[in-house]
Amino acid sequence: MADKPRIKLPKEAKKGEIIQIKTLVSHLMESGQRKDAQGKPIPRKIINKFTCEFNGKPVFSCVLEPAISANPYIQFDARVDEEGTFKFAWTDDDGSVLTAEEKIALKA
Amino acid sequence: MSIRYGSLAVLASAALALSAVATFGQEAERKGIPAPPGHVFKTIISGYQFRTKETRALQDDDLENPGFLAVERAADVWKTVDGGEGKSCMSCHGEAEKTMKGVGAAMPKWSEKLNKPVNLEQQINICRTEHMKAQPWAFKSKELTDMTTFVRFQSRGMPVAVKTDGPMSPWFEKGKEIYYTRVGQLDLACASCHEKNNGKFMRADFLSQGQTNGFPTYRLRDQRLVPLHERFEGCMFDVRGVPYKPLSDEFLALELYVAWRGIGLPVETPSVRN
Ligand code: HEC
Ligand code: HEC
Repeated sequence: MADKPRIKLPKEAKKGEIIQIKTLVSHLMESGQRKDAQGKPIPRKIINKFTCEFNGKPVFSCVLEPAISANPYIQFDARVDEEGTFKFAWTDDDGSVLTAEEKIALKA
Repeated sequence: MSIRYGSLAVLASAALALSAVATFGQEAERKGIPAPPGHVFKTIISGYQFRTKETRALQDDDLENPGFLAVERAADVWKTVDGGEGKSCMSCHGEAEKTMKGVGAAMPKWSEKLNKPVNLEQQINICRTEHMKAQPWAFKSKELTDMTTFVRFQSRGMPVAVKTDGPMSPWFEKGKEIYYTRVGQLDLACASCHEKNNGKFMRADFLSQGQTNGFPTYRLRDQRLVPLHERFEGCMFDVRGVPYKPLSDEFLALELYVAWRGIGLPVETPSVRN
């Protein structure tokens, strides 16, 4: 899970504006249902949780299940009342967490 | 919120089966470019036009398009020193955005040194082994497909412009012969599907002209980028034939010939297909 996540949101927004946030992260999302060439089950390894906070407050989170495709794409809306920082976190089955941040300013 | 589910593909193909009766309407809307005189088609149409609007939307949005994960990975590798010469791709080629513009649209290309055509994957490995003294990347490896995608992406929107004359012409003829030769238990040629029957519904898919302007292409089925010769292998395997080997002379000739069948189409790499 070394690749940088891809995130898209506006650089600035009007106070109270609802903005769209798009995220895409590189991950195999191995479902645990497949077998390898020798017939042995391939252990499950997915991103099981995604969270987004704005200035420390939760904005959006979700649990991901094994049926979700590789390279999960998550899109949601958020209301922006102040300038600040969005923090994103993707939790892997192996316990590792990939994080990223994006700043947003208020339009004058 | 929206999340992409693997199982949606199943639903999507069920929906497509139901909508097969509506094919005519869709066909009329498929936009293409006029073919040059003496070409096999009147209108050359990208595989993009045969995909659902959902699949097209995925390709159209550079953030959603999962192929860009590869473009970004390879952009880093481009600058990374590797091999005995202590060089990166950038040491010799500078900014890919400038020096690689148009390169991918003109592949495969004649190599004086090797006295044969080379494609992008082969050229990248020639650079690695000869110019960098680094290990070649295996065909289908993430590294090779990522870099091929990155280089070809620098030609996005530019017309496919392969040269087929001069020393290339025997290769072109060889590719054409392969294209029209029936193979496998099903006894079908590339042309049986992609020339005679494009626009029809088959194998849970709308048959396209089998164009190569989007390669490497992110296949939703595989959930990864697929290089062109792997697609060729797949099409031959599906007619229960014995495919040629990736990067073989046969597939190189075929790559050249099929690129000509799509001459003038804009490069779409990284495209998204079923
Ligand atoms: C030491 C210099 C050197 C390095 C490093 C190098 N190349 Fe090259 N590259 C060349 C030369 C010279 C050519 C001309 C063809 C030949 O001689 O192989 C070339 C040609 C190419 C071409 C075809 C260009 C065209 O106009 O058709 C591509 C694509 C390419 N290189 C990609 C790469 C990539 C990707 C890397 C890094 C993995 C790389 N090269 C590293 C020297 C280099
Ligand atoms: C039995 C029918 C059949 C035959 C024969 C066949 N293909 Fe295909 N091919 C398909 C189907 C189905 C697809 C996926 C839908 C589409 O784009 O047509 C496909 C896709 C492709 C694509 C990808 C198109 C895109 O837009 O991404 C290429 C390239 C291709 N085929 C080339 C070939 C070549 C070259 C041959 C001969 C070696 C061949 N095919 C033989 C059925 C066939």
